[in-house]
Amino acid sequence: MQLTDGDVRVILELLDATTFNELHLETHQFRLTLRRAEAGWTEESAILTAPAPLAAAATPPGGASVGSLPRIADARAVEGLVEIRAPLPGTFYRSPKPGSAPFVEVGGRVEVDTVLALVETMKLMNSVVAGLRGRVVEICARDAEFVEQHAVLLRIAPDGIVSEASS
Amino acid sequence: MSGRTCVIRRILIANRGEIAMRVIRTCKRLGIETVLAASAADMDSVPARRADHVICIGPAKSSSSYLNVDAVIAAGLGARADAIHPGYGFLSENAKLAHACEAAGLVFIGPTEAQLAAVGDKLTARRLAVAAGLPVVPGGEARTPHEAHVLASHIGFPLLIKAVGGGGGRGMKQVHAAWQLDETMDMAIAEAQAAFGDPRVYLERYVAAGRHIEVQVLGDGEEVVHLGTRDCSIQRRYQKLLEEAPAPNLSESLREAMHGAAVAFAQRLRYRGLGTVEFLMDCERETFYFLEMNARIQVEHPVTEEICGLDLVEEQIAVAEGRKLRVSQAGVKFSGAAIECRINAENWTQDFRPSPGAVTRVCFAVGDGIRVDTHMQSGAKIPPYYDSLIAKLIAHGKDRPAALARLADALVRTEISGIDSTLRMHRELVRQAPLQRGGVTTAYFEEFLKSRAAIDAGGVR
Repeated sequence: MQLTDGDVRVILELLDATTFNELHLETHQFRLTLRRAEAGWTEESAILTAPAPLAAAATPPGGASVGSLPRIADARAVEGLVEIRAPLPGTFYRSPKPGSAPFVEVGGRVEVDTVLALVETMKLMNSVVAGLRGRVVEICARDAEFVEQHAVLLRIAPDGIVSEASS
Repeated sequence: MSGRTCVIRRILIANRGEIAMRVIRTCKRLGIETVLAASAADMDSVPARRADHVICIGPAKSSSSYLNVDAVIAAGLGARADAIHPGYGFLSENAKLAHACEAAGLVFIGPTEAQLAAVGDKLTARRLAVAAGLPVVPGGEARTPHEAHVLASHIGFPLLIKAVGGGGGRGMKQVHAAWQLDETMDMAIAEAQAAFGDPRVYLERYVAAGRHIEVQVLGDGEEVVHLGTRDCSIQRRYQKLLEEAPAPNLSESLREAMHGAAVAFAQRLRYRGLGTVEFLMDCERETFYFLEMNARIQVEHPVTEEICGLDLVEEQIAVAEGRKLRVSQAGVKFSGAAIECRINAENWTQDFRPSPGAVTRVCFAVGDGIRVDTHMQSGAKIPPYYDSLIAKLIAHGKDRPAALARLADALVRTEISGIDSTLRMHRELVRQAPLQRGGVTTAYFEEFLKSRAAIDAGGVR
């Protein structure tokens, strides 16, 4: 049995006529807490059980859940390189739209305001901006795949650090 | 649209989030079994727990699950459902899904394939509106740069370039002067092709001081009734944030004209199902124009339900079964006013940055005239793949001030922790004088944000 909104209203009416300030109800299927606040009541409820999934017609490829997402990028820091990380969890895109050229390629030069990639979170495209001048050394995330927040997306060799070979 | 009727006993819900919860609620009351079609990321969501059954339709990415017609049809057949409820967004206005349902012997809870195609093409919808005698925003199709310039000199600047395949605020560009027209047209055409697979665009006059007012309609393929107006002018980047019914501060003659126009449009289509005819009210000229029709249940439908006492999901199911309308226009009675706040998982102080993650605790106001449509509970997860709507708080009162007062109280009692949400923004917004007076334009929300930023910069808070 699950409680409906109507059930909650009936309980609330009964409760409101008493001097109690809180009601806590829990079964193996649901949990309900009603509390008296200054201007009225509040409800905190939770459904605790789920039906067993029906067998799908065709087994879809194992999708990622929020808790267990594939870690694509290797988080090991590389000395002298600046890591560009995902501002939010989301889908990583190397190009502004499907079929168009990537924002940057390995070896490409970037300026402070160069857009390196997009990360789509909750239907919103967020630009990933370089924030420094340098050269792209590595692209760590795969196009159109999910990345965790703060995952390393690209590595950049910043200007101004003169390596021995270039003198 | 023929006289055939059927009985729907089991519905596959091809959606997620609060609208899935909403459909389940009505089905439970009607004794209809529900099967939730969920992506892998939503298999342990609150609606998946609430439904009678749950079936996986693919991986988290919506293009492989919620937007996959074949997967949805296969789930409908596999689950032995009689009908598919598409909710809003995703495939809700997809003519291909309506067609595939028909071919598979499933009832599509929505309009016909032809009606979806007609209103989905914004130019066809415009032509239909003109034919039905509705005023449309001055404008039209622009196939060549020359056509665009001729049309633009007619319309005047600023104007909007809109994608024929767009709608709902997507695929629009503003042009301020003639010299920007060619360049912006090229960009709009390229983007329309990429986003909607249709490069066609049309031009419309940009109405600076406008209100977004819409009329809810319900049809059975023959008769159409309207269920009143809603004002959805509080928007950010064309996304609605707060809606109310009926539209406040509107002359009765204008309101009646909008009702009549919406019914005329739907009747011309011999519309079957629940739909919304959107209008742009030009405040300076005290007139209104047809914008588009949404052929689905909408996010803001609860405010209409609250003032007319109908369950719109129940009516949707009834007409999908092939039954006649159960309410006549004279039988629709309006009572009081209702206002809805959309609470999103976003940080409104940081340019509405999305905030997915786990909700540690949620606690909603409960009481007379308060309704909460949500798929949140303490411990629920908000995946980063989908939109950011987490709850709708709706208050109903005997009049608008009573509804606003209830809403303000309910917002204060509501608690959401673990993620950022727009709850606090709504607490501030409902206290603003222009909102209290009612009838603000679509420019209002940006002004509210600016005034608030000015207060913050002044160190008052």
